[in-house]
Amino acid sequence: MAQIEIKGVAKQFGSYQALHSINLSISDQEFMVLLGASGCGKTTLLRIVAGLETPTEGEVWIGDRRVDHLPPRDRGIAMVFQNYAVFPHLTVFENIGFGLRMAKVSNDEVKRRVERNAELMHIEQLLARYSGELSGGQRQRVAVARALAMEPDVILMDEPLSNLDALLRLEMRAELKGVLAESKTTAIYVTHDQVEAMSLADRISVMHQGRIVQSATPVEVYRNPAEHFVAGFIGNPPMNFLSAVPEGAGRYRVADKVLDGPNGASEPLVFAIRPEDLTLSNDGFAATVKIVEPLGPHLLATCDVAGTMFRAILDSDMTVKHGDKLTLAPQDGRVRWFDPESQRAVA
Amino acid sequence: MNVRYLPYLLILPVTLFLCLFFIYPFVLVSQQAFSGPEGPTLEHFREVVSYWKFPISLQNTLLLAAVVVPIQLALSLLMATMVSRMGKGRDLVLYVWTIPLGISDLAAGIIWLAIFEQSGFLNSMLYGIGAVSEPVNFLSYQNPAIVFLAIVLAEVWRATAIMLVILVAGIGLIPKEYYEAAEVFGASPWKRFVKITLPLLRPSLQTALVLRVILAFEVFAVVAALGGTLFPVLMSETYAYQFDLLNSNAAAAMALIILGISIVSTIVILRALRVPKGARV
Amino acid sequence: MTAVDVAAPAQASTVKTGRFVYIASVFLLCAWVLVPLYFLLINTLSSPEAVTSFPKSFVPEFNLGSLEFFWNFSGILNAIKNSVIVAVLTMIISIAVGAPAGYALSRFDFRGRELFRLLILLTRAFPLPLLALPRAVMFIRSGLDDTVFGLALVHATLAIPFAVLITFSLFSGIPLELEEAAWTLGCDRLTAFRKVVLPLILPGITASAIFAFVISWNEVFAAAVLTIENRTLTAFLLASLAESPLYLKFAGGFILVVPALIFIFAVRKYLFAMWGIANR
Repeated sequence: MAQIEIKGVAKQFGSYQALHSINLSISDQEFMVLLGASGCGKTTLLRIVAGLETPTEGEVWIGDRRVDHLPPRDRGIAMVFQNYAVFPHLTVFENIGFGLRMAKVSNDEVKRRVERNAELMHIEQLLARYSGELSGGQRQRVAVARALAMEPDVILMDEPLSNLDALLRLEMRAELKGVLAESKTTAIYVTHDQVEAMSLADRISVMHQGRIVQSATPVEVYRNPAEHFVAGFIGNPPMNFLSAVPEGAGRYRVADKVLDGPNGASEPLVFAIRPEDLTLSNDGFAATVKIVEPLGPHLLATCDVAGTMFRAILDSDMTVKHGDKLTLAPQDGRVRWFDPESQRAVA
Repeated sequence: MNVRYLPYLLILPVTLFLCLFFIYPFVLVSQQAFSGPEGPTLEHFREVVSYWKFPISLQNTLLLAAVVVPIQLALSLLMATMVSRMGKGRDLVLYVWTIPLGISDLAAGIIWLAIFEQSGFLNSMLYGIGAVSEPVNFLSYQNPAIVFLAIVLAEVWRATAIMLVILVAGIGLIPKEYYEAAEVFGASPWKRFVKITLPLLRPSLQTALVLRVILAFEVFAVVAALGGTLFPVLMSETYAYQFDLLNSNAAAAMALIILGISIVSTIVILRALRVPKGARV
Repeated sequence: MTAVDVAAPAQASTVKTGRFVYIASVFLLCAWVLVPLYFLLINTLSSPEAVTSFPKSFVPEFNLGSLEFFWNFSGILNAIKNSVIVAVLTMIISIAVGAPAGYALSRFDFRGRELFRLLILLTRAFPLPLLALPRAVMFIRSGLDDTVFGLALVHATLAIPFAVLITFSLFSGIPLELEEAAWTLGCDRLTAFRKVVLPLILPGITASAIFAFVISWNEVFAAAVLTIENRTLTAFLLASLAESPLYLKFAGGFILVVPALIFIFAVRKYLFAMWGIANR
């Protein structure tokens, strides 16, 4: 059993506050993804769990042990690094077996576990090679096999796929998901790639400026962003925003249209809708097409709605061009509202 | 152990060592230079400066530096640029050009002695083509210009390599894209050298010049091997005070004078080639 | 990159001439370095009579007379032995003292780091051999005068700033990630250093040790000031410059040069990498 508890963890680098009192619990065997732009503190948080960084405040618990004062080697973790960190002076075999040798595991057992994990990652034919003779993808596999061979309680991954090319990344992503599900380890995975996050995670923690702004399942994060930031970060392209002026009785004026919204607000709100949740209809926002990008399965039209940039995903059969006037209606149940003061979602 | 103290623990040996064998000796040498029978005195400085050989050795040292360093700078820049555009044979050429780096100034002096001495190779060559009818004693008091030339050649031969290494390393740090960009904008090779290589190489030029100029003030064994007492320089005078005249106070005063000249020229070079922060590669 | 940039409209003949000048200059500069060494070699491999005769032959006669004379000259063997001992001691001291600091500079962002680096850089800007003078006094007080160990301490002062800067650049070339990976795989700092950093850094450390060796081997002034009975080879040759026969000087110069040639060859790969970061 290795659930992880992060309690009030803060980190300061000089005068720079990298993390603001983070609280997060990750249950046993859960795959948690920390998602955010560079500099949001996700890697720092991961490194604090790994023991490579000391928190300025707060506690880290793995299982029922408090570990924040322990060195990395005593935490029952294994880590996969962004640049793989495959030791160049050792063979693949010795790389995978490195941790086991450190733990003074018997030769037979080392051999057994190295071979099993090499097979799992499909690198059994590379065991005698050195890292200089491997491709990026192969090094990646060695790094994962090396972590798995430790049979850790927790596996930590810091952007492990970011150095691979797009096709390989896709392949490794699926493979990683399968292997980790099988190993039944708790995993924390740091990435800035939201597609990767969606595809891998049991739960995503979206981070922004040293805080976790939302921690939820991928679908929830996508459908019900808890903050304006999440709505503008998740989704490609992200949500469209328009300011909404209350007209009383739960009615709001959004651009040239009056819509039903949350009850009781007397201050302006922000209206948000995903580009794919817009349909062409007679009754909607008047939009002028500015840019048309055919993306294969669909068509991305960047329009002007009441002076604001507004994107819509349309059917790829449509023929629209610069200057066309469209009427875009938001689909029922897909509209979200945010409070511009607190940035939080309003029900 | 607390990781915060680890770096200090690691630099402790160097710090102690340098305090004991670098800073403390400096204190000692200054004490010695200023100490007289009754309290601090400038007597030793007055003594060494007023000695008839002092102006000559000062002049010789400065002249030598003024002639040798610019030649070396030009030569090492030329060699570094040549190497940077070399494909095949680069390693071999670089090895050959850096050989003198490992050769002591004494050995360099001896090598050039083999060329310039009376029965040496220069005489043999001149004799062979009939330019002279009998060997000339180049390294004598009758030929001060040739003694100077021999010393300059030996110094250029020996100590260009250190500048070359620093400059080659420096050029290696300049991203190739800058040259490609300049080429796209139509800059000629010469323009590229002047507008890109030289300015971006300033930190390396700084290091190379500081190191080289200081070494030039320390010139000693080359001169001893080629000129003997014909060409007195500051360092050889210091040596003479210590050993021949057994006057270590005067030697200390000379040492401080050399140090002073070195510091002044270091500051001048650093100032002249200052690189604004943020304008580095 | 090709040896000569091929400008499109340039005429073939100009390109050709340029290329010829370029190659000729490379050869000329190589000759400039090698020919004087060749002359020394001729003198060394000639009989004492040939060395002092005139005119000189431009091919060596492969006579070991000069070297034999040199070898049997009283005190030479002892001087060579002293030189080697001092150089080896210098090598050990400067790496043992300098490498930890190089590691600290490359791995930790500690308070005072920049100041420390500046101080190390500054020591290079001092005419260090001059320190031999006060140290003569120091050593007489502490009984280290005229010992190889005392001289090694002076040479180590010369070599340590280089050792710090070179090892700093070498350690910086080893990603911290590798060490961190070792920590997560069950190593403490020391084992991670031993199992991961050390094997990777060893060739570079060897190169900088060799560099320290050469610095000591070649140093003349301090050696001459600090040793009287236990002269090193450079001190010995310097002292005998005035009176000893030419062939002794040449053979001695040759013995001085040979290790240097080998050493520069051994460290050639690192020479430029070492200076690249040391410059900054």
